[in-house]
Amino acid sequence: MIDLSTTYLRRPLANPLVCSAGPLCESLDNIRRMEDAGAAAVVLHSLFEEQITVESSYLEWHLSHGEESYAEAVTYFPDLQAYRIGPDAYLEHVRRAKAAVRIPVIGSLNGVSTGGWTGYAQKIEEAGADAIELNIYYVPTDPEMSAEEVERRYAELVRDVKASVRIPVAVKLGHTFSAPANLARRLDRAGADALVLFNRFYLPDFDLENLEVVPHLTLSSSYELLVRLHWVAILHGHVRPDLAVTGGVHTARDVLKAMMAGARVAMMTSALLQQGIEHLAAVREGLLDWMSAHEYESIRQMQGSMSYRSVREPAAFERANYMKVLSSYALRTSARPAAAPDLGG
Amino acid sequence: MSAVMRPGPAGETAPRSSARRSITLDGNGAVAHVAYQASEVIAIYPITPSSAMGEQADQWAAQRRPNLWGTVPRVVEMQSEGGAAGALHGALQAGALATTFTASQGLLLMIPNMYKIAGELTATVFHVAARAIATQALSIFGDHSDVMAARATGFAMLASGSVQEAMDLALIAHAATLEARVPFLHFFDGFRTSHEIAKIEALAPGDLRAMIGDDLVRAHRARALSPEHPVIRGTAQNPDVYFQAREAANPYYRACPTLVERAMDRLAALVGRRYHLFDYAGAPDAERVIVIMGSGGETVQETGEHLIGQGEKVGVLKVRLYRPFSPEHFLAAMPATVRTLAVLDRTKEPGSVGEPLYLDVAATVADAVARGSAPFARMPRVIGGRYGLGSKEFTPAMVKAVFDEAGRPSARTQFTVGIHDDVSQTSLAYDPDFSIEDPANVRAVFYGLGADGTVGANKSSIKIIGEQTDNYAQGYFVYDSKKSGSMTVSHLRFGPRPIHAAYLISRATFVACHQASFLERFDVLREAEPGALFLLNSRYGSEAVWGHLPRIIQRQIIDKRIRMFVIDADRVAREAGMAGRVNTVMQTCFFAISGVLPRDEAIDAIKRAIRKTYGRRGEAVVRRNCEAVDTALAHLFEVAVPPAVTSQIDLRLPVPPQAPEFVQRVIARMIAGQGDALPVSALPVDGTYPTGTARWEQRGIAAEIPVWDEALCIQCGKCVLVCPHAVIRAKVYEPERLVGAPPTFKSAPARWREFSTDRFTLQVSPRDCTGCSLCVEVCPAKSKSEARHRAIDMMERAPRDTAEAANWEFFVALPDTDRRALNQGQVKDVQLLQPLFEFSGACAGCGETPYLKLLTQLFGDRLVVANATGCSSIYGGNQPTTPWTFDREGRGPAWANSLFEDNAEFGLGMRVALDKQAEQACELVRRLLPHLGDLGPPLLEADQSSDAGIQAQRGRVARLRKALEGIGTSEARDLLSVADALVRRTVWIVGGDGWAYDIGYGGLDHVLASGQNVNVLVLDTEVYSNTGGQMSKATPRAAVAKFAAGGKPTAKKDLALMAMAYGDVYVARVAMGGSDAQTLRAFREAEAHPGPSLIIAYSHCVAHGYDLRHGMDQQKTAVQSGYWPLFRYGPTLSRERRPALELDSKAPSLPLQKYAYNETRYTMLAHSDPERARQMLAQAQEDVLARWRLYEQWAAVLAGREGGGAP
Repeated sequence: MIDLSTTYLRRPLANPLVCSAGPLCESLDNIRRMEDAGAAAVVLHSLFEEQITVESSYLEWHLSHGEESYAEAVTYFPDLQAYRIGPDAYLEHVRRAKAAVRIPVIGSLNGVSTGGWTGYAQKIEEAGADAIELNIYYVPTDPEMSAEEVERRYAELVRDVKASVRIPVAVKLGHTFSAPANLARRLDRAGADALVLFNRFYLPDFDLENLEVVPHLTLSSSYELLVRLHWVAILHGHVRPDLAVTGGVHTARDVLKAMMAGARVAMMTSALLQQGIEHLAAVREGLLDWMSAHEYESIRQMQGSMSYRSVREPAAFERANYMKVLSSYALRTSARPAAAPDLGG
Repeated sequence: MSAVMRPGPAGETAPRSSARRSITLDGNGAVAHVAYQASEVIAIYPITPSSAMGEQADQWAAQRRPNLWGTVPRVVEMQSEGGAAGALHGALQAGALATTFTASQGLLLMIPNMYKIAGELTATVFHVAARAIATQALSIFGDHSDVMAARATGFAMLASGSVQEAMDLALIAHAATLEARVPFLHFFDGFRTSHEIAKIEALAPGDLRAMIGDDLVRAHRARALSPEHPVIRGTAQNPDVYFQAREAANPYYRACPTLVERAMDRLAALVGRRYHLFDYAGAPDAERVIVIMGSGGETVQETGEHLIGQGEKVGVLKVRLYRPFSPEHFLAAMPATVRTLAVLDRTKEPGSVGEPLYLDVAATVADAVARGSAPFARMPRVIGGRYGLGSKEFTPAMVKAVFDEAGRPSARTQFTVGIHDDVSQTSLAYDPDFSIEDPANVRAVFYGLGADGTVGANKSSIKIIGEQTDNYAQGYFVYDSKKSGSMTVSHLRFGPRPIHAAYLISRATFVACHQASFLERFDVLREAEPGALFLLNSRYGSEAVWGHLPRIIQRQIIDKRIRMFVIDADRVAREAGMAGRVNTVMQTCFFAISGVLPRDEAIDAIKRAIRKTYGRRGEAVVRRNCEAVDTALAHLFEVAVPPAVTSQIDLRLPVPPQAPEFVQRVIARMIAGQGDALPVSALPVDGTYPTGTARWEQRGIAAEIPVWDEALCIQCGKCVLVCPHAVIRAKVYEPERLVGAPPTFKSAPARWREFSTDRFTLQVSPRDCTGCSLCVEVCPAKSKSEARHRAIDMMERAPRDTAEAANWEFFVALPDTDRRALNQGQVKDVQLLQPLFEFSGACAGCGETPYLKLLTQLFGDRLVVANATGCSSIYGGNQPTTPWTFDREGRGPAWANSLFEDNAEFGLGMRVALDKQAEQACELVRRLLPHLGDLGPPLLEADQSSDAGIQAQRGRVARLRKALEGIGTSEARDLLSVADALVRRTVWIVGGDGWAYDIGYGGLDHVLASGQNVNVLVLDTEVYSNTGGQMSKATPRAAVAKFAAGGKPTAKKDLALMAMAYGDVYVARVAMGGSDAQTLRAFREAEAHPGPSLIIAYSHCVAHGYDLRHGMDQQKTAVQSGYWPLFRYGPTLSRERRPALELDSKAPSLPLQKYAYNETRYTMLAHSDPERARQMLAQAQEDVLARWRLYEQWAAVLAGREGGGAP
């Protein structure tokens, strides 16, 4: 009997497959299907503080725009009794998700103000979430702001939230930090219970025809897994928080790699969007098949087995890795002499 | 003071009962409060100023609020008032307690059913916010013309004069009708009472229950049609019995007054407010008595009290129950000492010996005296006059003039008061300085910009004062005639005694000007009394502001010893994240300065009000408003007033000096807000006005205007096409024309092959622009080195206003491009055609007006427009000015508005007449052929399918005219009078979706079926925009609108599909933002089609709830999502002259949500009821896909292609 169980955020999980924050989690029905397909936990889509503020302002502006300027049309909209502006709808979703499934339900929060982070975190806790994932997406456009300042803010934020809730707190990060390992250590000290690596953001893309900047998000591919594996492998054993891989997890092999790098769980969204929620079951089967074929007994057995401190050649995680790739590329391309690219510099 | 006794209305004789609460609301709200609770079926249709009653009823029903019997009334919106009356008649026949709300033309449409309802002795109440009827012009304002037109229907008529009375008498009507079996029309003055906000004592549900007997309700139900005990009604009678049967109901009418009186007595016993059929107030020994109905009675009573205090023997008899008119009660209420009765009517009955109330009173008095039953010592004189038509002010000064007239031995009858009639000399002179304002009252006047929140804040202040102090409060709001950049004036009174002043404030103790730019145009201190407080929102501080005040303002501040305060409210609001909304800032300052409430108390109250008003819309909005309140006072400063006037600034002229004589003499006065002073002789006798007048107004309302970069511009013409106000124009001209150009006038080489040596200029009229930014958003030319910079960018107006105004003037004088040289099938060329629709007062960014402008560019010089009532008739024809204009030859669109419901027929009539004239002209030409030489045959055979052909025909007609003058026969003179008809005219029937889909659909359908050569343009905003966004059958599923507060549950009516079913009707669905080329094509094809054409034009609207600068983008999204598929259909599209359907847009490529959820009308439902919104949107998405499939299949079938006819 192969044991797929793991632990994450102080909770035992039946397997390491977790549905990450994404549009699928907006539907209760989907969440039920995720549980049925074998997900061990779900992270709900994010509550965006900024969105709440903007929606409130927009609604007010648009409802009142143009009113009281002409005698025949002093208003343009009926006066509805209540609008679910604010976290109410989200919190209701947390409550209903909790009632709908037995697997842990993790709330996700994307704040902008200190009060917003802590206030909404408490509300998510009160709504019954088993844990909370802080989805920190701060774009430091101010050239005067140093990396040190940015990281200090992250740490403070985590400390504030930790002080305001009792449930475990995960922190989801982007990968554009100068010193990710050090940041991980700082977040560890600030009390983070897990680090989720890495966030995938909407990135501005350019529409060349209209010369406009348009937000862009493509679904992930397994290729993106590599950077996650790299940093999970480096951090494994060096920080206390649980590590989670998100982004690029599509197949059972991807999950196995994440586990071997040192992750407690592997999170999926793109694969489910592409192949349907039931794909989870296939991944789970794939895990069992591979483990059986390779005579693994448990997931725990492999967790961290390929981490920085566990591999025979840790240099592969350092600059040497870069050298190796380049040379292997050069070897392959050298077969076609005319097309040797200039990879120097 | 004197022996005057107030008979009771408005609560002051009532013991304040703890069971009833004081509330602050308007007359419409007061009536709806009663009508809703006392009804089971409510049939509604929007019409100003009554719409709010239906809106509230609909909203309460959506919120499942029960009526008196614990059940939620059914509220049903009909397609017209005629429909509402019909539905109501049916509901009554089926035994329901039913009511409706209406006004003006709406009431007129109900009249046929009213006769029937009364003839069948059916209990119901119609609540009417009385309004003028369209005659020489439409008026949305108040008088009794509508009610008086219904006085023969057999309805009882009950008049209220104040907000409190409107609530009380609404209940009297509902109670009395059940007992009397006579239906009731309860009316109150439109706007003056329907829109006045006042603190009143609300009737409790227990009061209503006590007044409306259950046994009477059951009796009403028992009279219903039922197959269990069948009867028939609505039979036809012959000469043998009709007359007798008509008289059979007399006993009910005889009994009715007494039943009303009893109901009034019961109400008095319940709440302490005592009403009579005729309420007399005044000196017991009065010699002069004014008889009046409605809100004017309040003013007469107040003035009477004042005059009695000065020893005069005067009084007022307020008529409450006008029908059935009870002479006994009338005579009993009238003091026996009366020598002259002055009867005032708020209506006009041309050709009559007097207005209706006057005639009733005269007959009553004469009859009583003749019979010897009169209480009078001797026959009193009865004189009659008119006042207050179309909401003309009716002030104490005018009342005094009437009393004075009544005291004269030679007192006139058929007089008018309130105007200066220098034609028929009917008007009474009055002293405008006569005032009886209560010195204990705070009287505050606020000048605000429409939509800046001023009115909303004032409504909130009234509630705060009304509900949190013992003071009485009254608010009345005056809007101007424009939908964009308009001024609002709020009139607020607060004081320890009940307020009966049903007129505007002319002696203000407080004046606030919320927009400094008003100072350039209006004397805002005109109403300020000595010692008044003046609050100004200005970006200049307490030191600098004095130097920026016009002379007339400085003068009054000094002379009247006015204390002045200044605040930069725009900055405070901006810093609080509420740019453009100065309301809470100014409200805070008002409370701080006026001292109506202690400062801290006031601030707490404002914040509570903010929480109540905005709390439902999210915490962020509340927080921002509260921040604005907290920071306001730190920015408020008193201005140290210098001892002398220093300003050199004068008020701006309302129109430039070169404007034509009529504009200077008449229109300019209206623009300056002095229209009240225009004498009768100044106005046309038949409602005919010159066009081309909007150009003189130059309102200067935009803070930012588009600025052209000639180097970047590709001269595509899109900005010109979309500009809703025709303020951005293009011309191509010879380079020599640039001689003498102003220094900043820009031009570029013209990018046309045909005009390769010419120059091109894109010019903006800075003072006509509304700053909507549609042009900038649609501009495709972006800088290659800085993407945010386009060929036109919005920039601050002030620094470039003078230069650009000069440039505009130079530009306008440049010659227009010869139409014949242009390819009118191209947007690029169409931009060079002169628009004959310009500078309308439509909302900034309006989605309708670009289509009208295009229409005039293409066909303006031979265009006749029949315009349905609605937004387009308002921005098109609301005085003082009109955007419809003419070209250099003096030719341009001829425009008329008939009604809301009959526009298609109106246009058809025009077509038939024009065709008949053309036919007659041809017949006459044929008869005169021997005299016309070579001219004759070409006149008859002219090809007028192009501009060149039309111009050639115009030349022939000019020659014909000359020739005819030489002939001089009767036939020649006849031909001269119809010769213009030889030039092809194009008739366009224009209106909104309320007209085309609902109230006018029957007529539209008939006209489309007529085969006549008319063109119908439906400006489809998908709601009744003009009356404030009520649902029409064009409203899409899942969108929220008034009367569809829970989201419209059914799909939009497919008017295009219905019209296509005729086969010979040209039909196009267009959206300028989706494809301007397709729009252009459709307009030209429709015009060329020899039969009926229908264009349904997507028109974005302020009632959709998004920033209209993105209107064209949103149109594109509408098309891409398949919500608004573009197509053209018609027999002229295929070679075989069989109908063909051309789909001009692609299959839906975006989910509907991507379109819909850009708009508040959809998202507000998602916020308030997410589950319902989800379901509805899913259905709406299915609608879109199903319709696309249908169109696609149909197009294939018509084209004879395979696969079109899926089984």
